[in-house]
Amino acid sequence: MLIKKNSNEPRPSEITSEKIYRERRDLLRSLGYVGAAALLGNTACAKTETPNTNTAAALDMGNLIKSPYSTDETPNSYADITEYNNYYEFGTGKEDPALNSGNFKPRPWNVVVDGEAEITGSFTLEDILAPHALEERIYRLRCVEAWSMVVPWVGIPLGDILKRFKPTSSAKYVSFETIVRPEEMPGVNRPILNWPYREGLTMAEAMHPLSILAVGVYGKELPNQNGAPLRLVVPWKYGFKSIKSIVRISFTEQQPYTSWSASAPNEYGFYANVNPEVDHPRWSQARERKIGEGLFAPKHETLMFNGYAEEVAGLYSDLDLRRNF
Amino acid sequence: MKPTAKQVRFVLKPALFVAALLPLAWMLLRVFEFAGPGLGANPIEAIQDFFGIWALRFLLITLTMSPLRMLIKQPWPLAFRRMLGLYAFFYCALHFLTWLILDQSLNADAIVEDIIKRPFITIGVIALMLLIPLAVTSTSNWQRRLGKNWKKLHRLTYAISILAVWHYYWQVKLDTIDALVYAVILTALLGLRLLNRKAAGKKTK
Repeated sequence: MLIKKNSNEPRPSEITSEKIYRERRDLLRSLGYVGAAALLGNTACAKTETPNTNTAAALDMGNLIKSPYSTDETPNSYADITEYNNYYEFGTGKEDPALNSGNFKPRPWNVVVDGEAEITGSFTLEDILAPHALEERIYRLRCVEAWSMVVPWVGIPLGDILKRFKPTSSAKYVSFETIVRPEEMPGVNRPILNWPYREGLTMAEAMHPLSILAVGVYGKELPNQNGAPLRLVVPWKYGFKSIKSIVRISFTEQQPYTSWSASAPNEYGFYANVNPEVDHPRWSQARERKIGEGLFAPKHETLMFNGYAEEVAGLYSDLDLRRNF
Repeated sequence: MKPTAKQVRFVLKPALFVAALLPLAWMLLRVFEFAGPGLGANPIEAIQDFFGIWALRFLLITLTMSPLRMLIKQPWPLAFRRMLGLYAFFYCALHFLTWLILDQSLNADAIVEDIIKRPFITIGVIALMLLIPLAVTSTSNWQRRLGKNWKKLHRLTYAISILAVWHYYWQVKLDTIDALVYAVILTALLGLRLLNRKAAGKKTK
């Protein structure tokens, strides 16, 4: 050796390679290291806070609670779930969201909660999630286009989160809004829908145990194309109700604006309950294509309320579902 | 460029015959996973849409031959119309068969219900039905037998193309941009004929 070895310097064998360094951190994360930020914000604050820009906390999906609401049907493949999406903010092709959402940054993330509630403000994602245990919810998802998948979501009952904000008796509905970031979402430069994407539920629907806010799929954080970092899943309704990348939750007295219904009111309604007896004006809703079955697989009969009739039919016993589609 | 009759018959037509099969070959390669990107999560939809769009493209390419002839003032583009029209029918048939077999699983009740109750499907089926007499009478024999009426019959191409574009537009959920582009192209191709007829007076071609 031409260079005299300095005994204070580490030997090459003692330097951890970057690959192993990162793998160890991933292991720590999966074992339960959540990060200090998640331990804060146990109660929501009454005044508007300045957003916390902490990006360190990863979500602990190590001990997901199994739910009796999960179906025992086989989930679709991760590839199908993450490469066949309707998320027009990233383009209108089914493969566009996976291809075009690479620049989207789901952290740091803040959600504004406002409207008819005692507790309102701007909250970090960590504030929203911290007090809750993550559950695995394997749900059917039925798109209004007449295809469907089974998706193993990771999430929290929406009602448990909403209760923390103490909605008043004036709160008859909950409305949600998706983020709009033209620099990261190429599709919003076209006014194909009236951005921001908005959706809403009745209070009863929002508080129903089936409704969840999802943060992950297949035990991993949501990919951007699936609505990272926080989205709604309402499995008994057509998929367009399950709004993605939520930045605002409002408690309202009046029925909220919903984007698809606004764009074609005769085709998409507020309730959008899966209903094989009420056709879309241009195509049938009686059958659906289950994604992931072979080339010669027949379509399946669509089930009332997407197979969740037992759980939710009671919400609509007084409602004419043909008029209120 | 002025190909001789021999060149048209022995070089250009065979070349076109092979070239027009390339979309089908490409789709087969993808279906059997020999080449190309996979068909994605909804392969039946991908196959059905692929054949449908190529049927529409061949219809419009067929309609381009006459304006092309007017433009270059040479007759040879017309020699390709029959082959192009038959390929339009071919891809339209593949599109329809994909729908019947893969999408509808030959469920007769569902098929009939869809044809009757979904207007965009109704007009698609009408377009296909109208293509059949055109395909059958595409031969020179039939051309002779029908005489003047052959030309009148084959003007159904205009109605068929309008129905095809409309069928495409009507089944789009929201993003109609592609369908509108085809509509603009079709309008231009039909418009050119109208202008030409006006310019040439009321001469029967």
